[in-house]
Amino acid sequence: MPRITREEVERIAALARLSLAPDEAERMTSQLGALLDYVALLGELDTRKIEPTSHPVPIATPLREDRAGTPLAPELALANAPESEGSAFAVPRIIEGGE
Amino acid sequence: MSSTPRSAPEALGTLAELGAALEARRISSRELVEAALARAAALEPSLHAFVGLRAERARAEGAESDTRRARHETRGPLDGIPIALKDNLVQMGEPTSCASRILEGFVSPYDASVTRRLRAAGAVVIGRTNLDEFAMGSSTENSAQGPSRNPWDPTRTPGGSSGGSAAVVAAGVVPLALGSDTGGSIRQPAACCGVVGLKPTYGRVSRYGLVAFASSLDQIGPFTRTAADCAVALEAIAGHDPHDSTSLPEPVPRYSEALTGDVSGLRLGLPREYFVAEGVEPGVLARVREAAAELERAGAKLVEVSLPHTKYAIATYYLIATAEASSNLARYDGVRYGRRAAHPKDLHDLYHRTRSEGFGAEVKRRILLGTYVLSAGYYDAYYRKAQQVRTLLRQDFERAFEGCDALLTPTAPETAFRLGEKAADPLRMYLSDVYTVSTNLAGIPGLSLPCGLAEGLPVGLQLLGRPLDEATLLRIAEAYQRRTDHHLRRPPEER
Repeated sequence: MPRITREEVERIAALARLSLAPDEAERMTSQLGALLDYVALLGELDTRKIEPTSHPVPIATPLREDRAGTPLAPELALANAPESEGSAFAVPRIIEGGE
Repeated sequence: MSSTPRSAPEALGTLAELGAALEARRISSRELVEAALARAAALEPSLHAFVGLRAERARAEGAESDTRRARHETRGPLDGIPIALKDNLVQMGEPTSCASRILEGFVSPYDASVTRRLRAAGAVVIGRTNLDEFAMGSSTENSAQGPSRNPWDPTRTPGGSSGGSAAVVAAGVVPLALGSDTGGSIRQPAACCGVVGLKPTYGRVSRYGLVAFASSLDQIGPFTRTAADCAVALEAIAGHDPHDSTSLPEPVPRYSEALTGDVSGLRLGLPREYFVAEGVEPGVLARVREAAAELERAGAKLVEVSLPHTKYAIATYYLIATAEASSNLARYDGVRYGRRAAHPKDLHDLYHRTRSEGFGAEVKRRILLGTYVLSAGYYDAYYRKAQQVRTLLRQDFERAFEGCDALLTPTAPETAFRLGEKAADPLRMYLSDVYTVSTNLAGIPGLSLPCGLAEGLPVGLQLLGRPLDEATLLRIAEAYQRRTDHHLRRPPEER
């Protein structure tokens, strides 16, 4: 596989909602390139017939009784919010116009 | 370099010793808590093992324990014992930082299940210990609070990511601390600091309230000085929890009852590949072989086994762990808790600046790698491939355990390295996890215990077991500690 480019690193950073300073983007490109070179080692293995493992122990989807519990109280849930209004988390306006 | 002040109060004993002293009324819990707090404060300039202490609440809880004892209402072997928790385990009403700027100001509205269980058992949490940011690292150098230092030599790292917890147990500040282990983060610092560290089977201990790094790999476990103490601690924190649907329903054995001192007839497998790995120090191999010989004299049978896919473990681990991390860490968006960038232009700007300012370099690197390997066009080549190799690694262990009852390996290829030595080279840092990551990928239990010194620094012996067979690991470790005194060696007090 061709080596990861700086443009790709910046595209990935945008997907992950990270902004990289120019020197940071440069450094990450070379470090990620080295890491991806290293993991290319897995290409040696023929895994066509191998089932993937997503979880270390096989667990069926657990079920529980449909009984109401006590959730976190709204004021506790909001206590850590950088900004809140009433019973909601407040963020900058996302829809233009209107009131 | 600051050295341990001469006035530092004496190191605390083991869990068993302190429990006996409390039982005999030779000391009160209030006094024990005071001694732990005083030693923590005296050592903090040289170790920087704590992110925060909770002195007042700990004193009050110590006094409550004494009241219970006076009324003969003691809750068991942990009642009144000062302990410490890694700062990625939440405690209601206390901050949790994960050693990250992005959680600045966060105060937990709930208790982790392990916190709740330990409190219910009467244990007194004196503070939160330092870690690599979000448990990502092998040295505690990735902490936004600055690195912790190794009690055996403060120019060296205590290992990581649970370096603070390992350091405070090694230094005799507390007899028990909890850490978390995603790829070796309990066992490697335990080895570096000369203490016992256990990563239980995946699902044995509830992860509710452990801040998630890689959810299919993370597991909470104890640091102690003896295997007997480790058994007591595991019994207190293990078991099913309705708040964690991946916690296992199997009943929790009485681990202490497994400590018979008898290993005769047990078959210990030495994985060929672990003894020829590149970069392993000869001093480490020598100590581990001596430990194997000691267990053989005790009646165990040594057999050679093979884990043929070992050389693929680190690549597999870093693909899976970073993929899961990139997803888990998407929650830090500056909206619901923690840090928010000042004066955002719009929501997009808020996300970007909050995350770019809040995360350190290693966390960003892992989020980027994880996002990349999950992204369209790369998923099959990287992520799915790694999950398939994970199957092969799991099968390696299944086959090995057909011919033996536990595996015996080094915990880490080297003793504690110097601060800064690997900081500039992420790949070199990752390679120090060569003996530990497969365990998490396979979900099996692993225990590290001290087996002597190499050039004055502790060496870790790792025991790996079948799923849910912590009892056998504890039995071997405790039998070894009955026959040897490596666990009694203390770090030098004067430097």
